[in-house]
Amino acid sequence: MALASRNIRKYPGFFSMTLLCMVLLYAPLAVVAAYSFNDSLSITRWGGFSFRWYLDVFFGLEADKFRDAAWNSLSIAFLAATASTIIATAASIGMVRGGEFRAKPASFALISLPLMVPEIVTAVATLIFFSAIGFVRGYATILVAHIVFCIPFAYLPIEARLRGIEGTFEEAAQDLYASRGQAFRFVLLPLMAPGIVAGYLLAFIISLDDFIITNFVKGAGIETLPTAIFGAVKQGIKPNILALSTLMLLISIGFVTISYFVSRKGVKPGGHGAPETT
Amino acid sequence: MAGIGGKSGESASSAFAPIRAWLIAPTWLMIGFFLVVPVGTMLVYSFLTKEFRGGVIWEFSLAAYDRFIFDRGLFGDEPPKLELTYITIFARSIVQAAIATALCLIIGFPTAFYIATRPVSTRAIWLFLVTVPYWVNLLVRTVSMKFLVRESGPLNTFLQWTGVISEPLQIINTDFAVQLGLFYSYLPFMVLPIYASVERYDFALSEAAADLYAGKWTILRKVLLPTVKPGIIAGCILVFVPSLGAFLAPDLLGGAKNFMIGSLIEEQFKGNAGNWPFGAAASMILLSMVLIVLLFYARRQSVRAGA
Repeated sequence: MALASRNIRKYPGFFSMTLLCMVLLYAPLAVVAAYSFNDSLSITRWGGFSFRWYLDVFFGLEADKFRDAAWNSLSIAFLAATASTIIATAASIGMVRGGEFRAKPASFALISLPLMVPEIVTAVATLIFFSAIGFVRGYATILVAHIVFCIPFAYLPIEARLRGIEGTFEEAAQDLYASRGQAFRFVLLPLMAPGIVAGYLLAFIISLDDFIITNFVKGAGIETLPTAIFGAVKQGIKPNILALSTLMLLISIGFVTISYFVSRKGVKPGGHGAPETT
Repeated sequence: MAGIGGKSGESASSAFAPIRAWLIAPTWLMIGFFLVVPVGTMLVYSFLTKEFRGGVIWEFSLAAYDRFIFDRGLFGDEPPKLELTYITIFARSIVQAAIATALCLIIGFPTAFYIATRPVSTRAIWLFLVTVPYWVNLLVRTVSMKFLVRESGPLNTFLQWTGVISEPLQIINTDFAVQLGLFYSYLPFMVLPIYASVERYDFALSEAAADLYAGKWTILRKVLLPTVKPGIIAGCILVFVPSLGAFLAPDLLGGAKNFMIGSLIEEQFKGNAGNWPFGAAASMILLSMVLIVLLFYARRQSVRAGA
């Protein structure tokens, strides 16, 4: 029986399923990345390796459109991630270090509400709301909508991190005559830093990723990268879209890698590697 | 205030109690004002009269909900007939989301199990590989899938080159393409919760079952699956709920024939042909369906916790 019980962790076919899973996950991305280097006007035939479609993205006919869209996407992601991270950090301190209070379950439900409401419903509701109060749709409406749905994504990693920090650190600091503000600034905040960075990165990428809500609340004449790509793809996939998609793919992979290393740092007990916050 | 002695843990956990209202207020304001109030406004709009150029007239009407269920003819003087167009779209969305969930489960469960039974050192790499696509822009992923499976796309070229097929497969603009797109969009949501519960699973249970001469697949079915069921249910909900209201996969991969709720709603707010109250009503119905699923899940969880 010993042999059989050693095998209980292995099931035939599970490894092939895992491989199939990986192929399904990566094949479309790999194919698009490969064809983005295709030196041919047709997206079907392979015409040799070239960077021409990357040059086209930056200097071609649609370069201005893409540059504006990229600027809007990145600046909105930067502002929305910053605002939602600050809001979420404050909320997590109130929730975790604020003792017990009656509105706590309701507050938590409210924070996770953007995760529960389907994106398209949030999009419709936000569009109707801005139109009802007569707010002109544009950059500001996109930004506000992004801050709202980024809050839970920033909140969850920060809260998880804060929950793992024992109160004894702050108490030790105060025993050593640190003021409350100093205990917060020099002890609690640096300990929270990995969670805050992870929350910020997640919020940033979620904002950059959003299509549906942006598409509803953006109004005419302003585009973000996803809405610009969507508009272009509606008229058929062109080679420059493949190049642009590959660039966005690289940005995403860069982000995951950073967040992977940040969260690994956060795993270390006590977070001694936490960076200085000044 | 710095606790010396016994109650130290408690004093730190309420250190910010005096200012907690100020700390949480920004969240309350942002989500309350820009999500709760808008959903309320949307509810009100679903009971208003449509204006022809998009927008609404402030006059109470049940027309939006009525239109869902009944066809009253052009002038409203014929006897109402049951209108199946929109009910069909909702039913199709449920079926498509369910099939996508099943696909995710079939591929996701073995993957999660395989990863969870790796040595700790390689698990992180496998998990990393599963989560990377989640971080890639959803639109980019959906467009990539469209590029891969389209009629003259790389997949068909490859299959024809290897001689598996002689005619290109028609994948794009079919129900299957939508299921594939939804599967591709939300697969990591299935793998991660199942992984988490298999990782916590105590394989001594399986060994005990094996000692009692249970076969491998019997162990899987009767011991492992019941134990990791919460993870499976969580994964299914995390895939099903966003699939139900998905817009990109049905729109880009499904074409005009394979309409789902997301496209139906989107159409009501595009250009001048839209019908805002109808779109608001459809959104309310979708939201209610999702909340029912989530409430069901929350109840199960609390029953489980109470038991």
